Amino acid sequence: MKPTAETLCLGVESTADDFGVGIATFNGEILANASSGYIPEEGGIHPREAARHHAEAADKVLNEALSKASVNPRDLTLIAFAQGPGLGPCLRTGATVARTLASYLDIPLVGVNHSVAHIEIGKLTTGATDPVTLYVSGGNTIVSAFDSGRYRVFGETLDIALGNCLDVFAREAGLKHRRGMPLGAALERLAADGEKLISLPYVVKGMDISLSGLLTAATTLLHKGDGRLEDLCYSLQEHAFSMVTEVTERALAHTEKKEVLLTGGVAANKRLQSMLSAIAKEHDAKLNVVPLQFATDNGAMIAWTGVLAYTHGLATPVAESFVKLRWRLEKVDVPWIR
Amino acid sequence: MDKINSQTPLKKGAEASLFLADWHGRRVIVKARLPKRYRPAELDEKIRGYRTAHEPQLMHEAKKAGVPTPKIFLVDMKSAAITMEFVEGKQVKQLLGSMAAGERQALCFRIGELIGRLHGHGVIHGDLTTSNMILNGEGKIFLVDFGLGEKNAEVEARGVDLHLMKRALQSTHYETAAECFKHVLKGYSAVLGEEEAGKVSEKIREIERRGRYVSERREET
Repeated sequence: MKPTAETLCLGVESTADDFGVGIATFNGEILANASSGYIPEEGGIHPREAARHHAEAADKVLNEALSKASVNPRDLTLIAFAQGPGLGPCLRTGATVARTLASYLDIPLVGVNHSVAHIEIGKLTTGATDPVTLYVSGGNTIVSAFDSGRYRVFGETLDIALGNCLDVFAREAGLKHRRGMPLGAALERLAADGEKLISLPYVVKGMDISLSGLLTAATTLLHKGDGRLEDLCYSLQEHAFSMVTEVTERALAHTEKKEVLLTGGVAANKRLQSMLSAIAKEHDAKLNVVPLQFATDNGAMIAWTGVLAYTHGLATPVAESFVKLRWRLEKVDVPWIR
Repeated sequence: MDKINSQTPLKKGAEASLFLADWHGRRVIVKARLPKRYRPAELDEKIRGYRTAHEPQLMHEAKKAGVPTPKIFLVDMKSAAITMEFVEGKQVKQLLGSMAAGERQALCFRIGELIGRLHGHGVIHGDLTTSNMILNGEGKIFLVDFGLGEKNAEVEARGVDLHLMKRALQSTHYETAAECFKHVLKGYSAVLGEEEAGKVSEKIREIERRGRYVSERREET
């Protein structure tokens, strides 16, 4: 199919706590990117509660996206959905919405990989072409780069994700997730007033990192009342960000690529941005930070990656559209890259 | 005093910069861990100091285990720089791709033997990649870059070490990674014995299952 502004893809994202719907033209214009986030009363994401939120919000978010893009459902060419990786109940809710739309409108369906989508929307919105990507969110901490048909994983966390580490600490410190003020942002604000660096575990193993010991150590000091909260937030950030920056720099030196792409929810953190900017400079590379609405989980990235997949011969018949909870980045063919 | 002459930059890695130099008529490598401005100075000094002090110790331990490593000439803690023997040869990374299957498998077996000797001696390399292995003209394999290593004899540490080797093969030599790693394990087992090696293999599987989004609970290779 020829990419034109008249051919449209609607993408559904529902891998974790956000339900998002985006609409992209086949030539890469994002017409809408609507979403609704599930905010737990307390604690982290409860998969079934999040899925219930998604089911209830689907109708509203879909309509919001369609009206924002001024598109009639009958004008759609393709439906894309995040097929994995993610939380089972959440993924299934999004997949159900996508299957229903595709069947009802009688148009093709394509399942896309959530991690690939983060990289592709990052490239589309920043202009990066062949970056080393640091993807840091509540569920992922991955350093990857393209080589021979696939995005290869150079480094990742051996245990918990960076966003998860920061969120759990923030909750333990009594911070609350509010609309427009995620836990990570609240932590970043406190960290800005930190003055003293408290020594915490720094664990780099080859290109991989481990964050669970860091979280335990920081939480233990917090509950002992050892040190100011601001200093603890600052020290936690400095240690964790230095670790991901170190492995990103190693991937950059190893691959000798000339671009760094920072994406995922934690990409919003200014301190992390400044660290990556320093290593990019060091290796004559350009740092690209994905704009926040496309860096956090969103429907537009699914729509755009759906376009790339479909225009390169990929489609997912409904019978094969089961969700893949553990679909690793390096298992996905990306035929749209030479 | 010790004078290091005519330093020429050889490689700017992420962790350290390498310079080729002349030291009393010898060709040497100066490995300097330059300050990383992205992290706080206190943390940076701690990390660079720790790695500079540990690396030569571990290289020495490796030699005792029968694993070739470059000779150490000088350790300058102040500038976090290590002066060591320049090993003339090629990185295994550059060689593996162009080798015939039999030759490749034999090389991987020997790499496995070296790792087995290291682990048997209680040394963890910490960054087992094919760029950290140099094959010299006489066919000897040298291991370098012990900066992330440690003295540790636990099965967990051994498992992570080999898991990293496997991951490095997958990201750089994806076509032959499974076969290469199989032969690394064979060499490893030949040195440490079936039982010890079996425990470590089981640990590698456990570590993989801990990882993010491992495609179901099965070994894939």
